[in-house]
Amino acid sequence: MAVLETRELTAFYGDFQALFDITFTLDEGETVAVIGANGAGKSTFLKAIAGLLPRPAAAVRLDGRDIGTLPAYEIVKLGVALVPEGRRLFSSLSVEENLLVGAYGRRRGGAWSLATVYQLFPMLRERRHSPSMALSGGQQQMVAIGRALMSNPRILLCDELSLGLAPIVIRDIYAALADIKARGTSVVLVEQDLAHAMAVADRAYCFMEGRVSLTGRPQELTRDAIHAAYFGL
Amino acid sequence: MLGWIDTLLQGILLGGLYSLYATGLSVIFGIMRLVNLAHGDLIVLGAFLILAATAAGAPLILAFAVVVPLMFFIGYALQSALLNRALGRNILPPLLITFGLSIIVQNGLLETFSADTRRLDIGPLQSASLPLGSGLAVGLMPLICLGAAIGVIVLLNSVFYRTPLGRAFRATSDDVEIAQLMGINNRSIYALTMGIALAVCAIAGFFLGARANFDPSIGPARLLYAFEAVIIGGLGSLWGTLAGGIVVGLAQTIGAHIDPEWQILSGHVAFLIVLVIRPRGLFPRAVD
Repeated sequence: MAVLETRELTAFYGDFQALFDITFTLDEGETVAVIGANGAGKSTFLKAIAGLLPRPAAAVRLDGRDIGTLPAYEIVKLGVALVPEGRRLFSSLSVEENLLVGAYGRRRGGAWSLATVYQLFPMLRERRHSPSMALSGGQQQMVAIGRALMSNPRILLCDELSLGLAPIVIRDIYAALADIKARGTSVVLVEQDLAHAMAVADRAYCFMEGRVSLTGRPQELTRDAIHAAYFGL
Repeated sequence: MLGWIDTLLQGILLGGLYSLYATGLSVIFGIMRLVNLAHGDLIVLGAFLILAATAAGAPLILAFAVVVPLMFFIGYALQSALLNRALGRNILPPLLITFGLSIIVQNGLLETFSADTRRLDIGPLQSASLPLGSGLAVGLMPLICLGAAIGVIVLLNSVFYRTPLGRAFRATSDDVEIAQLMGINNRSIYALTMGIALAVCAIAGFFLGARANFDPSIGPARLLYAFEAVIIGGLGSLWGTLAGGIVVGLAQTIGAHIDPEWQILSGHVAFLIVLVIRPRGLFPRAVD
């Protein structure tokens, strides 16, 4: 059974419609990649699930329950956490404070705590009292992931984890993601980096201009099909 | 010489009062990016509420102890019932609401208490002073006022920097959208912020009434001093706000020492000079 489901999900920025009737499912423990070109609506999709954008009341369901009317600060308490695009750390907070804020709305028990996040990203322990903005991009991404984990999510929504990072750092981040998956967390992965996304995903959705243009298992999708779904060629 | 030392001391003590005016404004702007144009009138409201409580027979301390939490609840209700509804990308609607509120508070006070000038009766404290030797003395009440200003800042900073709730305040101030992803209800944070700011207004109103005469029309001038103190100090730092208050207080007393007519003007001139030399204030927050 799907833990997370969207049915005919639409989203608007003012008069501009960014998503058209997105129907999507995520099963327990599954990792699903959402790929697509810039402006395809991938980030909008995650924001609409997380409650940062208005969406139809019955369009988002968690465990069969409509969560489309809940504000973002309630959705995280139900176990859905978002790692936002561009990391968006709290600039006046230290690394450790960023992680602690992540636990502010924690209503769920689970494996994640400061200790286990530092275990996952040992580098952060050494820098824990640094201002968050003093960290490198890769380290900031680790804080952003750790901050989301601190709420003990069942579903982790990741927006462009690899954006602007060096290949070696991306490898570390994806290694950590494998650890997180291994604990049974379901993951929705928005990613421009096709190779990485396809390597970890159980299934993929390709978005084009706010619509799903292709869906399937990575090994079933041919390069040509993906290219066509990406650019509409 | 002695006259000058006395002037400087008085200026610093007056700065304590101005920083009390400014602290609430600084907190509101720091966390909500909201400019509260009714801030001065809310300080005067605090003074009148304490006056009304004492007129009803309550001892001054009790009146103070009741009005501070009362103002907290007024602030909380004001934000949740009114200002939160005007939140959005546009900063103009909340600004206009506080402008309207300023007019309503002024006229409400005028209607209820008349235009007479009032003063809080603080008994023998009124004229009590602390001799410093060689003919110098400082008033006890202004000294308590400066102590209260420092105490309020220490207390607020320990809440903001040492508690989980304080982290939530700072996170909301940094990035309100992401803060909600952490389970923080920004509207309730805003309501608490306004509550805290109005509680500080009540404290400021107490010292305003204890130090000088007040009437319903003096709010906007208090707002101006508070603004100047916040800007001089640099946005986002409460200690900066204290320093800003002291700069305005010093400038006013020094101006008055040279010529009594220059008192108010020299406060504003000092503000302009700081703006020219350090447009971001004396102690701006490192990142913004």
